[in-house]
Amino acid sequence: MNINVLEENQSITIKGTKDGLTLFINDRGSFEDVMKELGDKLSEYNPKKDEPVVPMTVKLGDRYINERQKQQLRELIGGKNRFTIDFFDSNVIHRDEALTWKENSDVKVINRMVRSGQVLENVGDLLLIGDVNPGGRVVTTGNVFIMGNLFGIAHAGSNGDREAIIAASYMKPSQLRIADYISRAPDYETEGVYMECGLIDEGQDKIVIDRLQVLSHKRKGISGFERRILNG
Amino acid sequence: MGEAIVITSGKGGVGKTTTTANIGTALALMEKKVCLIDTDIGLRNLDVIMGLENRIIYDIVDVIEERCKLGQALIKDKRFDDLTLLPAAQTSDKSAVTTEGMKKIIQELKQTYDYIIIDCPAGIEQGFQNAIAGADKAIVITTPEKSSVRDADRIVGLLENEAIDPPKMVINRIRNHMIKNGDMLDIDDIMQILSIDLIGIVIDDDAVIKASNNGEPVALQGSSKASVAYRNIARRMLGETVPLQSLENEKGMFQRVKKFFRLGS
Repeated sequence: MNINVLEENQSITIKGTKDGLTLFINDRGSFEDVMKELGDKLSEYNPKKDEPVVPMTVKLGDRYINERQKQQLRELIGGKNRFTIDFFDSNVIHRDEALTWKENSDVKVINRMVRSGQVLENVGDLLLIGDVNPGGRVVTTGNVFIMGNLFGIAHAGSNGDREAIIAASYMKPSQLRIADYISRAPDYETEGVYMECGLIDEGQDKIVIDRLQVLSHKRKGISGFERRILNG
Repeated sequence: MGEAIVITSGKGGVGKTTTTANIGTALALMEKKVCLIDTDIGLRNLDVIMGLENRIIYDIVDVIEERCKLGQALIKDKRFDDLTLLPAAQTSDKSAVTTEGMKKIIQELKQTYDYIIIDCPAGIEQGFQNAIAGADKAIVITTPEKSSVRDADRIVGLLENEAIDPPKMVINRIRNHMIKNGDMLDIDDIMQILSIDLIGIVIDDDAVIKASNNGEPVALQGSSKASVAYRNIARRMLGETVPLQSLENEKGMFQRVKKFFRLGS
């Protein structure tokens, strides 16, 4: 089913793909017109009660819609029509959202020591100039970069970002945590490593420590901002 | 106007009370007016080490609860006229003392004394808060053991939030043969972790225990290594530059000079 012909006065198009349906909403015309047209179009469609629920992506082009409008769309499309919206895709974002993005992707530079019992919490990438002593902890939603010794615990991607990494000049951590993964130091006494980083290896399904040089091909979009742009 | 210095460590049994007694005695030896305060309410020890236990009539809780004047609770040392002790209470607990009460006492003592040395209880609860309340400076005691360095690190972190100068460190109970064998952290390791200034090292010396049991601070006994170490700490507190004691029994002049340039403060 491919309705791909865009008529001049038509503001919505529905396209079927293998992952479900995509609803294109033209970014010209008012939201009210769109809702009306969508309502008309959906009224032609009468699904049976036992049909499976079809996931739908809504592509908005250069249109911005607020939470209330999103809710209206969800109510119109969902309900008896057995559709569910799993993603709104727009080229435009609200300023508040943009600021949150920026906050999440900024590198915050902090110059101090994190001593035993202290927790340094941060949003976005963290560049710590100083040591994390045994018993100390740094937590951030982005990457952790430490110019100094990491002896304590470092937690990167604390909101669940598995692409986040932990890099340090010298690391002999008691634990590395990335998103929901935890790895701990072995029980026997080990030497620390210089200029290395911890990252999640999807193949081995665990945190591995490797030379910093591997980052250039394993984590191409190391900046949080790039990741947000690429992944939405 | 005097200076209030708190002696703290976090961990128990690393030698806070011994250090307080000895630094106080060493400063008194150099003709300073010194008052020692024991803030370990309920577990007082400083009076025992100073050999003043049987002279206690009033204590710090009596002063705070205004059962006596501050001057009445101060105990004059047996050996020095300018050295006094404000003992802790043995019967109350730590809640009997408040930070305001401590600040008031220390402020009053500062008018008369050059140095007020506060012996802090182990732990980081109310007793610790009381002890550091009126202090201008802090000395953190640690031993070359991981657990005590860890606790010292925690204490340094807590002190950073207070209106106190960056603390100085004393490494106590050093056993040279164990450091040499690599069984104990060495001084450089400890300094790297804590990254604060070192003000003295004290070798684990049997004379310290013997002296404490006799109620006579070791700093008074001229020849022992620990005695020299404590007097050196006092000299550094007065601003003198004193090289660190060598850990070896005999060491050439050259190495001493080398050590001095590396660690002297």
